[in-house]
Amino acid sequence: MTDEFDRSGILSVDEKSKDSTIVFGFWMYLMTDLVLFASLFVVFVVLRGPEYGGASIKNTFDLQYVFIETIALLVSSFTCGLALLFAREGNVRGTVSWLLATFVLGAAFVAMEVSEFSRLLAQGLAPARDGFLSGYFTLVGTHGAHVTVGLLWLLAMVVAIAGRGLSRGNMRKLALFAMFWHFLDVIWIFIFTIVYLMGVL
Amino acid sequence: MNWQTLIFGNLSWSVLPENAIAWFGALTVIAGVLAVVGVVTYLGRWQWLWDEWFTSLDPKKIGVMYIVVALVMLVRGGSDALLMRAQQATSVGDSYGILTSTHFQEIFSAHGSIMIFFLAMGFMFGLINLIVPLQIGSRDVAFPFLNSLSFWLFFAGAALINCSLIFGDFSTAGWLAYPPLSELRYSPTSGVDYWIWSLQIGGLGSLLSGVNFFATIVKMRTKGMNWMRLPMFSWTVLGSMTLVIFAFPILTVTLALLYLDRTAGMHFFTAELGGNMMMYVNLIWAWGHPEVYILILPAFGVFSEVVPVFSGKKLAGYTSMVFSVWAIVVLSFIVWLHHFFTMGAGADVNAFFGIMTAVIAVPTGVKIFNWLFTMYRGRIRFESPMLWFMGFVVLFTLGGVAGVVMAEPPADYQLHNSLFLVAHFHTMIVSGVLFGYFAGLTFWFPKIFGFKMNEKWGIRAFWFWLIGFILAFGPLYLLGFEGATRRLDHYSSSLGWQPLFIVAGIGAISIAIGFSCQVAQLVATFRDYKRNRVGNDPWDGRTLEWSVASPAPSYNFAALPIVHSRDEFWEEKHGASTQEQKFEDFSMPKNTGAAVIVSSFVFLLGFGAVWHIWWLVIAALLGATIAVLVHVFNEDSEYAVSGAQLAHREAGLQYPTSL
Repeated sequence: MTDEFDRSGILSVDEKSKDSTIVFGFWMYLMTDLVLFASLFVVFVVLRGPEYGGASIKNTFDLQYVFIETIALLVSSFTCGLALLFAREGNVRGTVSWLLATFVLGAAFVAMEVSEFSRLLAQGLAPARDGFLSGYFTLVGTHGAHVTVGLLWLLAMVVAIAGRGLSRGNMRKLALFAMFWHFLDVIWIFIFTIVYLMGVL
Repeated sequence: MNWQTLIFGNLSWSVLPENAIAWFGALTVIAGVLAVVGVVTYLGRWQWLWDEWFTSLDPKKIGVMYIVVALVMLVRGGSDALLMRAQQATSVGDSYGILTSTHFQEIFSAHGSIMIFFLAMGFMFGLINLIVPLQIGSRDVAFPFLNSLSFWLFFAGAALINCSLIFGDFSTAGWLAYPPLSELRYSPTSGVDYWIWSLQIGGLGSLLSGVNFFATIVKMRTKGMNWMRLPMFSWTVLGSMTLVIFAFPILTVTLALLYLDRTAGMHFFTAELGGNMMMYVNLIWAWGHPEVYILILPAFGVFSEVVPVFSGKKLAGYTSMVFSVWAIVVLSFIVWLHHFFTMGAGADVNAFFGIMTAVIAVPTGVKIFNWLFTMYRGRIRFESPMLWFMGFVVLFTLGGVAGVVMAEPPADYQLHNSLFLVAHFHTMIVSGVLFGYFAGLTFWFPKIFGFKMNEKWGIRAFWFWLIGFILAFGPLYLLGFEGATRRLDHYSSSLGWQPLFIVAGIGAISIAIGFSCQVAQLVATFRDYKRNRVGNDPWDGRTLEWSVASPAPSYNFAALPIVHSRDEFWEEKHGASTQEQKFEDFSMPKNTGAAVIVSSFVFLLGFGAVWHIWWLVIAALLGATIAVLVHVFNEDSEYAVSGAQLAHREAGLQYPTSL
């Protein structure tokens, strides 16, 4: 099964079909992530009832605070879209600037979430206290962990684009990143509705 | 926290094995690893292994590695089975058998986990890797690096589960670790954590493979291969991978939540403070039932290839076969509750799941009848792949009927957790899944290696497996009716069960002999390989994989074939279709060791998480992340193949060989 061909020299054959395969595969990955979040939502909803301690926490959520958090994440999706538009025009500076703006907004979102978690912990509302809090911290925390991974990916993208420019490989990764980032937005909208709005109202 | 806990977590000298049998297991693992390392070093083959196998992105080589690991794990799981049979045959009345009850519980937990996750899943992905790209006329899978990563994660999971033989104990909570027994309060040692992390790591590999092969079949089919020309094995793999995509994330979540309960003191499934243990049972079966169909669908696919070839006829009812695959895919997600009718969800809920479970026998029956119709008036050759099918079709139908019996909730209330159930699911998984994979291995072996497997030893293996299976599991159906529950380490002599347990033990020995025949078969196959060399089409095959040389070249097809009909290669042989050779330039992925490096870090992460060595977890996570980033941002990962050069070379390969 060995081959004796010359391994030097890169040839890009049928790059377009490769692009479409990669985007398709990434959609499939997002579907698996969707099922993962769906399972966590189910767990949260099952453990939400008053018998699991859910009633005690209602008053501690601050809807206004969470709304600002939400806006930060939604706007970051918009700036991410702008970065993609600039990238399609081949504008490296515009792309990098809007990616950095996305990073700042995303980081603000994570910082706000961490500060909310620590506020709850300070009140003695820790994940080990009861089933409801276990479900809450795990669902929201898993989303936060995804956003954090997204931020790392974003930084790596900025470095790569600043270094190699908008190569075919970088364009591909940028498109996947945008899909990932918008996906996290969608998940957050469900968290905002099911965990916070339905929790407080 | 003192410095020792900081560095070693919960590890200490006291975690080493406690009794003679456990020591024997530990020493066997150590001796096995040392022997392999010694032999490879003696032969000076490390460089070769690394260059040609470990770093290879060729799906055929990855497939072979999967199957090697799976067969090693079959030895491990099989030894567990023999110990269990020995215990149950002897532990009656005043005699307490050879195992302590804790050790017995560890063994049945390990047996189930290993057989499903590291034998069946590994064997399945092995066969898929070997054949799917060839069958759909593709040079590779959609994501070659991801494929290598899947294998190495699977390997890391398998390595971790075997670490429990040496360091610490294994879970005593059964193969699905129901809480509250699997919670920290009732299982305070690291056994359940081994179970969680080896499954989590192996499961991650399976999930990535699911995405990969789904994308491969959807996007990489060759020109002209529209959906209704896709070979049946590839159809069943597509169905199975769909199930992987939807089911495995549920397992990931469930295992993670159980670990959070045990480690961070959370209350998802605990018996107090708001935990809901039945939620665990629902979640694990929402994954677990589709998992059964993930395993069986590719076995159906193998038989759908084997039966037409060995009957010399085209597959009967192709369209109905395709629809039955998808009926099974959909139905398999709405039957999970039949694993715990006794939860007491109420008559209406139980009735729904009972009916759905019975309904799933319909598409399965469609398949059975189509295989029989394919054989009808065919010119049948009883070579060993066909023998495995014959064994399968009888036993699987009987086992399936037993399943329909248990689908009725009132009957299930009696049979739940009895040996009747154990006999049922072993019939489905051994004579269904495993016989199918054995048939597939024998069938496709020549395509990968260029020579056939030894037929004499293959036939011996089949008969020992078949008779052994009937002897081992026939008595369990009867014992189940008499009220014997599963997982018994001791019973009263007044029950009169011992003779049947002894028969079951003899059956297990016969299966062990059958497996030994397979080892002998492999030895004989590689010893006489020169005598058993074959051309590209040793079985008079029908699909594209038989159109290329045996062994298949690393790029599969020098010129991508164009498909004009369902059994393209068969039509070509009979002059109904012709291939126009058009050689083009293409690129292939370069070998890379990145997957080995990432998976080594993930293994360390798992080991650290089992023993609460937190610095190791953090360091391993960091290492894995960096290794992934370095690989992802490396744009020099492909090499070019010149079509002209290939055309020249192919002329010497006599392509395509006529019969």
